Amino acid sequence: MTLRIGIDVGGTNTDAVLMDDARVVAKIKTPTTEDVTSGITAALRHVLETSGTATGDVAGVMIGTTHFTNAVVERRRLQPTAAVRLGLPATAALPPMVDWPADLAAVLGDHHHLCHGGHEFDGREISPFDEGEVRRAGADIAGKGISAIAVSSVFSPVNAEMEERAAEVLLAEVPNASVTLSHEIGRIGLLERENAAILNACLRPLAAQTVAAFRRAIAELGIAAPLYLTQNDGTLMSAGFAERYPVLTFASGPTNSMRGAAFLSGRKDAMVVDVGGTTSDVGALTHGFPREASVAVDIGGVRTNFRMPDVYSFGLGGGSLVREDPLRIGPRSVGYRITEQALVFGGDTLTATDVAVAAGVAEIGDPGRVRRLDPGLVRAAMERIQGMSEAAVDRMKTSAEPVPVIVVGGGSVLIARPLAGASEMVKPDHFEAANAVGAAIAQISGEVDRVYALDALTREQALDDAKAEASGRAVAAGADPATVQIVDVEDVPLAYLPGNATRVRVKAVGDLTLGGRTDDQGGSRA
Amino acid sequence: MREITGDALEDIALGAAVLGTGGGGNPYLGKLMARGAIERRGPVRLLDPDELADDDLVVPSAMMGAPTVMVEKIPRGDEVLGAFRALEAHLGRRARATMSCEAGGLNSTTPFTVAAELGIPLVDADMMGRAFPELQMCTPTLHGVAATPMAIADEKGNSAIITTVDNRWTETFARTLTVDMGCSAMIALYAMTGRQVKDACVPRTISTIEGIGRAIRDARARHVDPVAAVREVTGGYVVWRGKVADVERRTATGFARGEAAIAGTGAYEGRTLRVAFQNEFLLARDGEEALVSTPDLITILDAETGEPITTEELRYGFRVAVLGIPCDPRWRTEAGLGLVGPAYFGYETPYVPVEWRFGPGGDRS
Repeated sequence: MTLRIGIDVGGTNTDAVLMDDARVVAKIKTPTTEDVTSGITAALRHVLETSGTATGDVAGVMIGTTHFTNAVVERRRLQPTAAVRLGLPATAALPPMVDWPADLAAVLGDHHHLCHGGHEFDGREISPFDEGEVRRAGADIAGKGISAIAVSSVFSPVNAEMEERAAEVLLAEVPNASVTLSHEIGRIGLLERENAAILNACLRPLAAQTVAAFRRAIAELGIAAPLYLTQNDGTLMSAGFAERYPVLTFASGPTNSMRGAAFLSGRKDAMVVDVGGTTSDVGALTHGFPREASVAVDIGGVRTNFRMPDVYSFGLGGGSLVREDPLRIGPRSVGYRITEQALVFGGDTLTATDVAVAAGVAEIGDPGRVRRLDPGLVRAAMERIQGMSEAAVDRMKTSAEPVPVIVVGGGSVLIARPLAGASEMVKPDHFEAANAVGAAIAQISGEVDRVYALDALTREQALDDAKAEASGRAVAAGADPATVQIVDVEDVPLAYLPGNATRVRVKAVGDLTLGGRTDDQGGSRA
Repeated sequence: MREITGDALEDIALGAAVLGTGGGGNPYLGKLMARGAIERRGPVRLLDPDELADDDLVVPSAMMGAPTVMVEKIPRGDEVLGAFRALEAHLGRRARATMSCEAGGLNSTTPFTVAAELGIPLVDADMMGRAFPELQMCTPTLHGVAATPMAIADEKGNSAIITTVDNRWTETFARTLTVDMGCSAMIALYAMTGRQVKDACVPRTISTIEGIGRAIRDARARHVDPVAAVREVTGGYVVWRGKVADVERRTATGFARGEAAIAGTGAYEGRTLRVAFQNEFLLARDGEEALVSTPDLITILDAETGEPITTEELRYGFRVAVLGIPCDPRWRTEAGLGLVGPAYFGYETPYVPVEWRFGPGGDRS
């Protein structure tokens, strides 16, 4: 028996499920608490007690959290950080944090050092690594009392050697230094990768505290199983890895919902509509994973090039305000106060949930309190909700062909009829806990993003090399080798070059091997 | 003469991406570099071509290389000055102004750095009215202007002066040097007199792209259709609306080649537009019928935001509008089509000006 607990900590609710292999044994939705951990402890205790599960039988705890995204968006609890870039004489035109919002740059202190080094696309050095220069940068950083450092080097996804050498020098020079290397986080695209590394560096102290609190929460209940956090690509990282790479949790919420929807419905290629309290997310599943966004993604005003799920959010949720003359639904919402403010809960605010109850498609709260709503208004509002959802699905569809649509989330009672363009509409059991299920069933991955010079290699050899390395990284991170498969291959020839270089991205995933592991193992790029 | 400040650069970069027709490099980096130069040195003066004296020297400047490399190996910033100064030294004359080689993509904003750093004006013109992938593909070539002597410089301080017998050779030599320089280099070339700029270049295109960017921004702010705004300001035509159903990419010498299939929606339901690209979008076909082809501009916009989409960003699922925009008339001459017509890029389709089909009286109007 493999028992896993999946927890999704959202801005409003904390959801938890206890799963026995593929079966949901217990589930709970509780409000997210200010300190986060007490909500998690309450949810854990509930699923253990209601299922009568002994803590010793739990094989793994998987947590998805918006904690680190929110810290960046709110500019709270971020550490002053120094950026060290290797690339001179190139790159001087645009120093680190060049296009950051001024308030966020100010919080981090805007400390940066440009040093010699870096590589060309074909692996030649732009200039030699200058140890003395990096040591002087380290002394300056130490002198300012800064310990969070992000290191980037030109073309480090092709050759990471200089970033690693710089880290050694900086660790020797700066007391208690915590160094994030850009090649461990991002892809080709220096500014975006460097931005991600800087965000990661400034989040590390918070990550250490948060992960420690998560650990305490599960330890207090006597759970000895390893702790994992979910990443934005729908795979897991160990708690130890998450302490070092908190940025990889960004946007893991929508990903968990979509993965959970795929799992609960048994559909691998479908559209997912996740209706929450304030907004809904629509995304496309291909082979059971969310389709990735292909353009630069903004986090709190900073451009990054993460692998993010391609999600379209629109302002419809269970708590959306319904206003008349003219009829408007959302984007304003009563949010988590729905249980006080919605009509069916005795409040005085007309919400989308009240309309659904009045229309007879949902049984929530006291239906008597919405019995006197104007039937014309109810009908028009339900039509509008249907129309908003259909437009959002249509926007994200990949072809005109009807496709399966999976509807999940606590607010999904709003969608009562099959949506236009859906070949079938599935509202799986446990739909309201799809996000926590997605966390519980998350797999483990390995990824490669590299430019290959095709002088000595054929394109096929380059692809094979990348696939082998991605699979190897997945296994190293804890994937069962028998289950590892390549889920994504993309190669883009470099434009405006005589045809001898191509950029290859490969991702491999496999099922996590549970049992006998410490929670410091695992992580896609350790 | 008017001044361009940092704010106007946002519009210019956005408009440049529209005329970039899917290629030309992402203007984001060029915009950041130009903004930095303007912050350090003050606004750039934009000079109408008519303000040039016939014997003024104008030296256009640009970046050359692979956009995918440039986003990683960002320039030092002053190598473009190195190329510019090297060419001035070779010519034994100071330039009155610099100019953009292409109004589309990254190179629309590259010369702003030169202009700001050297305190010289930028001529409101370019050499294509769009973006094209090779150095000889510009209207001055049609007017017999030589690309060389040309200067090329890298961030390490290397530079070279190239002299060639024709502009095709310039492309060949410069491309080889660019690869040796790590696939990104700065160039200064097509030194022209004021008279030649007036005769051989596409006038007022910096103002054009600024206007395009401003139209998109205004339309978004007023919640009206930004695609329609681009159509109006460019004099183009919406030739298709739909959803990207497939993108096929092929490895081929020096080019990001491929084809996108755009499944029609609304009035285009049930049919599929195929858009072939080689760095830029070059040919749009509905079945066997070519709707738009190079040298007319094919630009793909996000149907909702009006954001231009590059060939590298194009993914299935994008909801898009495809625009056909008439090119500069010189591209439609026999010589122009020989340089940048469908046949040069390997397409057998005869060229038909976009307004013949979509303009008044056209079979698709």
